[in-house]
Amino acid sequence: MDSELLVRLILLLPLFGAVVNGLGPLFVEQMRTREGWIGTLGTAVVVVPFALTAYLFATFDGTPVVVDFFTWMEAGDLSLQFSYLVDELSLIMTLVVTGVGGVIHLYSTGYMHGDSGYWRFFAYLNLFIFAMLNLVLANNLPVLFLGWEGVGLCSYLLIGFWYTDLSNSAAANKAFIVNRIGDFAFLMAMFLLFSQLGSLDFDVLLAEGPQLSQDVLNWTVLLLFIGATGKSAQIPLFVWLPDAMAGPTPVSALIHAATMVTSGLYLLARMSELVLAAEIVMAVIAIVGALTAIMAATIAITQNDIKKVLAYSTVSQLGYMFMAAGVGAFFVSIFHVLTHAFFKGCLFLGSGSVIHSMEHVEHELEAEGHDVSDFDPQDMRTMGGLQQYMPSTGWTYFIATLAISGIPLLAGFFSKDEILFKAFEYGFVGGANYAWFVWGVGVITAALTAFYMARSYYLTFLGEPRWPDADTVHAHESSASMTIPLWILAGGSAVTGYLGLPAVIADGKLNWIHHYLGADYGGPVAEPSLAGHVPLALEWGLIGLSSGIAVGVFLYARSAYLATGVAFDETLSARFGGLYQTWSDTYYWDDFYDNVVVDSLINGLARRGLAPFDGRVVDGIVNGVAGAAQVGSGLLRRLQTGVVQNYALALVLGVVLVIGLMVFGG
Amino acid sequence: MDIPYLTSLVIFLPTVGALLTLLLRRASAIRWTALATTTGTFALSIVLFLGYDPAVSTAGAPQLMDISAAWFPDAIDVKYFVGVDGLSILLILLTTLLGPIVVLSSWTYIDAKEKGYYALLLLLQTGITGVFASFDLILFYVFFELTLIPMYFIIGVWGGENRIYAAIKFVLYTLVGSLLMLVAILYLGYEAAAVDPGHVFTTDWYTLLEYNIPADTQTWLFALFALSFAIKVPLFPLHTWLPDAHVQAPTGGSVILAGVLLKMGTYGLVRFCLPLFPNAAQSWAFALAALAVVGIIYGALVARAQPDAKKLVAYSSVSHLGFVVLGIFAFTTEAMQGAVIQMVNHGISTGALFLLVGMLYERRHTRRMNDYGGLATSVPILSTLMVFSVLASAGLPGLNGFVGEFLILLGSFKSTVLDSVALVALATTGVILAAVYLLYMVYELFFGELTDPANANLADVNAREFVLMAPLVLLMLVMGFFPQPFLKQTAPATTFLLDTIEEKHAAVEAMEAPPTADDAAREALPVAPPEAAEVTLDPDDLRSFDPDR
Repeated sequence: MDSELLVRLILLLPLFGAVVNGLGPLFVEQMRTREGWIGTLGTAVVVVPFALTAYLFATFDGTPVVVDFFTWMEAGDLSLQFSYLVDELSLIMTLVVTGVGGVIHLYSTGYMHGDSGYWRFFAYLNLFIFAMLNLVLANNLPVLFLGWEGVGLCSYLLIGFWYTDLSNSAAANKAFIVNRIGDFAFLMAMFLLFSQLGSLDFDVLLAEGPQLSQDVLNWTVLLLFIGATGKSAQIPLFVWLPDAMAGPTPVSALIHAATMVTSGLYLLARMSELVLAAEIVMAVIAIVGALTAIMAATIAITQNDIKKVLAYSTVSQLGYMFMAAGVGAFFVSIFHVLTHAFFKGCLFLGSGSVIHSMEHVEHELEAEGHDVSDFDPQDMRTMGGLQQYMPSTGWTYFIATLAISGIPLLAGFFSKDEILFKAFEYGFVGGANYAWFVWGVGVITAALTAFYMARSYYLTFLGEPRWPDADTVHAHESSASMTIPLWILAGGSAVTGYLGLPAVIADGKLNWIHHYLGADYGGPVAEPSLAGHVPLALEWGLIGLSSGIAVGVFLYARSAYLATGVAFDETLSARFGGLYQTWSDTYYWDDFYDNVVVDSLINGLARRGLAPFDGRVVDGIVNGVAGAAQVGSGLLRRLQTGVVQNYALALVLGVVLVIGLMVFGG
Repeated sequence: MDIPYLTSLVIFLPTVGALLTLLLRRASAIRWTALATTTGTFALSIVLFLGYDPAVSTAGAPQLMDISAAWFPDAIDVKYFVGVDGLSILLILLTTLLGPIVVLSSWTYIDAKEKGYYALLLLLQTGITGVFASFDLILFYVFFELTLIPMYFIIGVWGGENRIYAAIKFVLYTLVGSLLMLVAILYLGYEAAAVDPGHVFTTDWYTLLEYNIPADTQTWLFALFALSFAIKVPLFPLHTWLPDAHVQAPTGGSVILAGVLLKMGTYGLVRFCLPLFPNAAQSWAFALAALAVVGIIYGALVARAQPDAKKLVAYSSVSHLGFVVLGIFAFTTEAMQGAVIQMVNHGISTGALFLLVGMLYERRHTRRMNDYGGLATSVPILSTLMVFSVLASAGLPGLNGFVGEFLILLGSFKSTVLDSVALVALATTGVILAAVYLLYMVYELFFGELTDPANANLADVNAREFVLMAPLVLLMLVMGFFPQPFLKQTAPATTFLLDTIEEKHAAVEAMEAPPTADDAAREALPVAPPEAAEVTLDPDDLRSFDPDR
């Protein structure tokens, strides 16, 4: 098949789904409840593109394919096409987006069943896929930016999906606005690049960009990175992501874990030629990533909302990916994007299944006459023992938990270990001091990850059920449309790690993803040139260290939470004191934003400062001038007395004055 | 199609319609006449658009010209001179498009003194179209002032509680500016005669373009023109008439005001201030661009503080037009094309926002956002239209607002005249702030529980309202994804304008530069006659030199 046609279909099918699912039911009310049609169409327009992408992937011969749709805008030096690029990097991302996306669409047909906004949900979700595909397939920065803001829009629409609750809408606003702060930097990066190179096409940027002056390069990469911190939730712009969990759970899985939030990493990988040329900024990227990773991991330990744990965990894992980018290991960050899409997608969908089940418990309790006003179906403290009721959800959650915790031979183990190894290598061979710091923080964060994930699993699924009347009120497993996707993603969490086997095995020859993406093997993702390598024994030692930490900490958390359950949190709180408080108060970031940024800007500057200033001063001056004119004309009016003698007098005085001037003035 | 006097027809058909409505008695007959007239005018303007060929504009000449003889032959070269070029064609189309939309939006909103309202509305359209089509400065001035009178009555008679204050403020404020501009026009006419002894007093734009005015004189003339236009735009800090006028005006008045009337200011800057006074324009560029950027941020923050939805949208105009002014004074092709296209974009998206706020007002008789909430449940289609328009206004890529803003900022960043990254960075924060105040409005109006029964029982948009919104929403999408057909219209005219500015700027600088040793040396040598420098590269001439022929 013609690959240009395929690219067109891959891009336009989701758009078609969005338009049909969105406009039809908006205008024809009877269509809103046709869940079968809406869900089938919505899922098909993602699954079919997945199949087409798989075909493209299988037949891809290493020559990038460029598909031009039409001219977007031309003005002066700018000549911008709707141009798309198929290469190794965009193929992997497209596979993840449509593959994981398709699975999550399938899950949503079950999860959203009965919701009055079913049609809207699928319209937004399809639109999201369209935007995300624009992002990963774009062949120039503005088209990428179109996708970038497009996914932001869909994120906004889906976080605020249940809009009757204003707190959801507030979270949606926050997400959009914080993302816009990042987008501001992205725009500035484009302006800067354009002013230097007169083009924003990738081929020009990547070919000529590295020759730009060091200042320009540093600024460009820094601005792009700031853009990435917005979308990919890094310090200081991560604050929107935990709130974004207000959206339906499939959204959290698809947008806020598997795909959209990784677009910052995609951007850096795509621009890796430029990033590598800005060494100082690389250090910034790596350190921000490391700090974000450990900060979010410590917060995750203290969260009781099952989705909040996963949200902070996502922030933390994204931090890992930035660590990789910051030490020049862009292909490894994409590797982690890939594995993370599976295990975090699985965890989120699992949490959705759990929440569904707990909502069912809530309804039963209500039917039995309990007061459920305080019952929170997302609070792990009221869960426990769910494994026996929902084995598929439990097992898949367990597999994904092991994977993210870095337990050997599962996906997360390979990708995270590769990140740690690359950081180590960049310090050991590359001689970058910050890499040591990054490596150290990465190892500690790995331990924290194993801890909070084990806590999440054991509090939720094992132990005794902690909701009232647990003897009579039972939880239930979700329907097949939800459990099948769970098993698919759990499978991915188990095996995708083998796409990137570490260098100790067959001297790195079996690291498929490296061979596929890396510039050393003709791929599109740049790599730093390091002289020498880490000794084999040391590598084995590092693997042993991180395996040992992961398994050890996991088992420790397991025994602690199995033995004492929720009470162990109090032990932790007592042991760490103020530190624990800081974690559970999310390092006061939210307070800072609410009180300092929002309050001083909106209430202080805008409401109490500029708005009264505009009325009293700016407009006051205008009215003052008008008033003065009125007073002045009032005075002048008195001269117009209508008495002829007065006018005659004035006339005579004037004549005298003129004659006087002529005589004496010369 | 070859229709004689087409441009004039587009300008004056609404006046004919206005006279016609005066003969009618029944309100419905008046409405239908107004609708038929504006729709007919729009159809004619499409013909005009098709007859216009952007490629010809490289020479800068307006097309589809209607020119009368000078009104006062021999002594004063003032005449009826209208036509279209790349700077005006889109604005004329926008004006005629908004015509029927405004009539439809007033259909039930205006329920008293219909005859006067529609007659004035039609007359107003003549004035605005005339402004965009005039190539004689006196004629331009006449049309410019002609717009004041109908707008004064539309606000003053059909407006809100404080309408008299707002109407008088609107007229006086803009009159101050335009009278100063009249002085400048007269001076310019004499100056032209003085520079070239063979010439008489002239206000022909095309003739004036050929004169190089001394830089000192330019400064004063520029200041007078620019002040007049800056009030109209309105540029910070001359904007306070705008929120009052908008809030008090009926919906139709607001749509015209935001949609096209303000563009007379930005258009005037491009059409007159830049090419006639290029040296002054470049020396004042930074100051004006800085005011524009202050306006972007200031307008956005003040918008955020408004409890009144209509006032919020009004202040958003202050912010958005700041982008246009910034683009104008960047003196780069990208920014200038962005500015021209953004004038149209702003008319579409802000026009849509005013229409939607007006629909809400018609239903609930309040503009306070606090009185609403949860409307997404009761009026889903209206909500969707509003969210769509808000996104266009906030510059979401894929919708029209992005194209203009992006080109303006891209072009301003590389501008050597402005040469300020900080200025562009500050302007770009407007992208963040626009999201802040616009999303807040959506949040207040549409989300949350439907607590007030008055909100729960609202009717969603009816067929008439949908029909009047549909073209705007479609245009937001079309101009977002396919702006190129529109940009193509403006490209040659923009290039011509900027080249002319560049040439004239250099000529005046050379004229005024103190003679150097080099010049003295050059004067000693025999020089080529100045005509030789003015040879234009005609493709036909070039071909005649082709050795292969």
